[in-house]
Formats: sequence, structure tokens, C-alpha cells
Amino acid sequence: MITKNSDANYYLNFNTPVTFYIVTKAEIISLINRNSTIMIEIKDLHKSYKMGKNSLHVLKGINFSVKEGELVSIMGSSGSGKSTLLNILGMLDEADEGSYTLDGVPIKNLNEKLAAQYRNKFLGFIFQSFNLINYKSALDNVALPLYYQGVSRNERMDRSMAYLEKVGLAKWASHKPNELSGGQKQRVAIARALASDPKVLLADELTGALDSKTSYEIMDLIQQINDEGRTILVVTHEEDIAQMTKRIVNLKDGVIIDDKYVNQVRALQNV
Amino acid sequence: MFSLERWQEIFETISNNKLRTFLTGFSVGSGIFILVILLGVNVGFQNGIEDQFQGDAENIINVYPNRTSIDYKGFNKGRRIQLGNDDFDLAVESSDHQLEYKSPMYRIFAGLITYKNESGNYRVEGVQPDFQFLENASIIEGRFINNNDISSNEKYAVLGDKARKDLFKEEDPIGKSIQISGLNFKVIGVFTDPGSEWDETKAYVPISTAQIVFGAGIDISNMGFTLPKEKDYDKALKESSAFAANLERVLKEKLLIDPKDESAINVYNNIEETKEIYLVINAMNIFFWFVGIATLLAGIIGVSNIMLIIVKERTKEIGIRKALGAEPLSIVGMILHESVFVTTISGLFGLLFGLILLEIVGPYIELDFIQNPSVDFSIAISTLILLIGAGAIAGFFPAWRGARIKPIDALRDE
Repeated sequence: MITKNSDANYYLNFNTPVTFYIVTKAEIISLINRNSTIMIEIKDLHKSYKMGKNSLHVLKGINFSVKEGELVSIMGSSGSGKSTLLNILGMLDEADEGSYTLDGVPIKNLNEKLAAQYRNKFLGFIFQSFNLINYKSALDNVALPLYYQGVSRNERMDRSMAYLEKVGLAKWASHKPNELSGGQKQRVAIARALASDPKVLLADELTGALDSKTSYEIMDLIQQINDEGRTILVVTHEEDIAQMTKRIVNLKDGVIIDDKYVNQVRALQNV
Repeated sequence: MFSLERWQEIFETISNNKLRTFLTGFSVGSGIFILVILLGVNVGFQNGIEDQFQGDAENIINVYPNRTSIDYKGFNKGRRIQLGNDDFDLAVESSDHQLEYKSPMYRIFAGLITYKNESGNYRVEGVQPDFQFLENASIIEGRFINNNDISSNEKYAVLGDKARKDLFKEEDPIGKSIQISGLNFKVIGVFTDPGSEWDETKAYVPISTAQIVFGAGIDISNMGFTLPKEKDYDKALKESSAFAANLERVLKEKLLIDPKDESAINVYNNIEETKEIYLVINAMNIFFWFVGIATLLAGIIGVSNIMLIIVKERTKEIGIRKALGAEPLSIVGMILHESVFVTTISGLFGLLFGLILLEIVGPYIELDFIQNPSVDFSIAISTLILLIGAGAIAGFFPAWRGARIKPIDALRDE
């Protein structure tokens, strides 16, 4: 019996009458990905925090890699180490041990200046609490990464406006964050993350502060951006959000317990 | 560092954080303002005190002749000593001190001065131009006697304000002709003297004219000198005592007076009487500088505190900026650039308001002990520069620490 549901599409092969293969979309993607460039590669990553006299071992040897164009969610309960992992990937924090390569560049022994340059060049951040600068307009917030790239003011404003249009907020360009709804703020944050045209987008619980409907709208935007080929990592503890990515990495107590490709749920269907 | 982009960024920040900017600016501006007022009042106090104590120049040295009290070289005691122009010249030549002002004076005590129907007896004093400064007299109208008047024996007179009132009432005296002991003199000026009304009931004429008109030959009644002013009282006293002693010795030698004779030549050194002025002015100076430096310190501490708070308040913003690719140095630069700009502008405003207030209100202050408060502009500017510099240094450390915060910690800061 052949059914079609929202979780997977089944493809039939009629060339062999006796048996037929069932190939999921996730498997096709994994086949394709085998040949594309590796964007993120981490090996044997360790991280511990000192809590007074005790040391808390948060990451206990993480190995994984992300290829270009992937949309990966990192799941786990609180304390599993998922945010720590994301912070290390984002060069906001440093690992104690292990190697991290981003787009072929080893991320090691960075001084503050170089880390800042790499963050600006390679990464776009999206945070749960949006982290927009309150006294700047939406447009100026989006333009900030470009300011640090040394882009001239006019070009900065043009490019930022284009990204605001892309997230559907062109009309709100001159508004300050406190005049925007949560969903709108997150859209501005996404536009800002895209502004520097980074290799990877890192999102930390990007829907954590939003209601379901708005969450799905944001995820729809994330999926569209991924469809254009951008590599995106999403940290979440919400199963439905994770299902909207293409691959789920499960973290527990500082180790990866599960890493699987899934059949992506299009967010638009849930809106 | 000073690119247009940075300025745009800073103006944007400033215009979007008006309260913070205002508070920073206000503390710096008011600090400078208070300092300027304080320095101005200090100067006013000094002026006031000097004025209170000074009928004559505070450091004047006067020489009066009298009778001898000891027989000497064949002269009997009781001989009347008469000074002359040559004694004055000798006194000037024999001094190894630089003299600030010097003048001989020939005086008659009761000179009849007449203008139209008004007349009265006044002292008439023949003097040199420096005499005005020895007496601390100031000219209200016209001018004082000058060297030309003396060399051409002009019959000019400068009237004291009291004498003018008596003789001229409301009439303008300048250029009018008066009679002194029956001879016509032209009034060329009117003076006022801070000493007393007594000092204004007289007329000054050129000394050469006085000696001719009153048949005095080269006689003079007394002579006065001042040395350049010293900040330090003890030094001033030492210098003037040395000068006075030398003067006395030289004159006694020339006039054949026993060196031990105490009464023949009186050298009156005013500075010995004015120790209090120096003490009070010194104490005032120390007090105002102490208060001034304390104010400045408070200002610097205030600026540092504000910088600390600004950095604390902006921790999250710093984290965001760093996550978006801001280098530590650009963070430090941004914070310092903004704060130095704000302190400079507000400091200048404080300075300007202080100066304007002193300029406008100063002349109206009629208190005995505060007169004409004013401030040395270069001192005001250098305090401003000091405050800005100290603020920048004090602000650098919080800014630097702020820039060193890991972005992840800064972003967690709520």
C-alpha cells in the first residue's frame, strides 16, 4: 500500500517487478551531500567550566561535520551542552580541546581581533532574545555588520534595505526595536545575520520567545533562506522546530547520542 | 580613528541617548563652571583686599628729612636737613635694586586755589609722573602729569576729586583756568585716591613748575620709591629693607649726618605695615587652590564614575557588536571617542557660561571684599584640558575592560 503523508514522499521504482526500493527524500539529500564541501568540521571537542572548586565537563568529545547547504538542528535538554557547542561554533567561546575547521580555516588560538574578523566574515547570529540594539532603527541594526566590514554608508543602507525587504519589513525600516512585535524583531535579527553574507547562520533557540504561529513563520523564512543554499545550524529543544530542519543532532550529557537525516516538514504547511 | 563613519556612528549614539549624554555633559560642564566661578571669586577677593588695605602702594618706601640729633663733623645737632633734586638722583643711581616707580615731591601745605568766585586752601604738590602710582591714585578725567610737562615747566594742574567738587561744582574742569597762589594754571585732569578724602583735597603740578613758582630752587620735601612686587612676603620685606638701608646710608653720607643719627632722615617702609595683606592673600590663594583642586578631583572622579556606568550599561550592546564582528580596539575607540567629545563640548559650555557670568555679574558686585572678579583664561582652558585628559584616561580602563569581556558573557548580561 502506498500512501503519501506530510512526513515523507515515497518514490516507486517499476523497473523491477518483484521488489521495489523505497528511498526517502532525506536519503537522497544525504547522497547529494556526500559530494558537497564540508562547511563545519569538529573533532573530539571538549569543554569544561569551572564552578568554584568543581569543574563541570559540558562537552565530552563531540565529532561532527556539516556540509554546505545543510539545515541542521541540534537538540537536547537543558544542560546537554547544545548552547555551549553553538557558542564554540560561533567563536563566542573557546573549546578546551579538539579541532574546529570552518570553511577550511582552522579556528584555533584566535586573538580577539581575528575572532572578530572571522565572526564578521563567516557567521551570522540569531538569538532567542533577538539582541537588537535598542536605540538603533531596524535598518541601522541590519547595517551594523556591514559597518564593521568597512562598507560605505550608502552601500550599507542599500544592502540592508534589500535584506529588510527580503524578510518583509521594508516598511518598518525606520522603526526602533521597541516598536516591533517579537516576530518582527526576529525578522530584523535574521536580516542582520544575513547582511554580512556569511557562510553559516547560527540560531540559538530562535523561536524560544515566540508563539507557535509566529515560530512557524520564522521557520518558513529560515527554510527559504536554506533553500537558497545557505548553511544553517539551529539549536532548539522543540521537537516540531527540529522536524522542520533536514538533520537532527541529539545531544545528551555532552555527547552526541543520535545524528540522523529527517524528512523536512515545511513550516508553511503548519502556519 | 577620526573617520566620518565613526563620527556618524557617534552622533547617532549621542542623539539616541540624550539623557545619558546630558548627564555626562552636565557633570563635566557644571564642574568647570564651578571652578571658573571659584577662580573668579578668588581674584575678586584679592582685588577687594588689596583695595581695602591700600591708600598708597603697599610697598612704597618714603624718605622724609628732619633735624639732626647728634653733632657730626663740626655741625651742631638740631640742623635742619633739606633734600634736593641731586639727593633724589643720587638715591636712584646708588640703588642696586631695580625700581618700579620713583618720584620726588615738593609740597606747600596751604596754596590758595581760585576758580571764578570759589576759592580755598589746598595742598599743592609738585611731582613726577610716577607719583600717581606711588599714591595709587587713578585718573577720572583728563590725564596725569607727564615728562613733557616737567621738562617744559608747564603750568598744568591735576585736581583731587574733592577739590574739584569744591571749586567747580557740576562744571567740567578740564581745560579751565584756575589760579594757584595768584598764577594761572590749566586743569588737565581729575584724580581719585582710594586712601581717603584727605588725599583728594589737593592739586598735583609738575615738580619743576612747583619749584620755580614757589621759589624752591632744587629743594624737595620728600621722595618715594617702590620695588617690583614679589609674591612672597618675606622676600619682598628682605629686598625692600636692603634697599631702604642702602638708601639711608648713602643719603647720610652725602648730607654729612652721623650714621647713628636716628632722626635726621626718616625712611618709612610701608611694606612692614602690610604684612597682613600678604598673609591674607597667601591664605586665600592656598584656600582657593585647595578648593579648586578638590573640585577638579571631584570632577575627574565624577567622569570616571560615569564612564564606568556607561560601560556597564552598554555591556550587552558591546556583546552584540562583538558578535557582529567589532574588534576590541573599535569598541574602546567608540566609547572613548564619544566620551571625550561629550566632555569637551560640555566643558567648553561650562567654561563659557562661567566666563559670561563673571563678565556680566562681576562689575555689579559692590561688596567691600570682592571687587571685579575675573579669571585667567589660560588657567581655565588648561583645567578644561586636564579634566578632559583625566576623563579619557579614567574612561579608558572601563572601556578596555568592557572590550575584553567575552561576547558570550556580555550577551548573557541582562
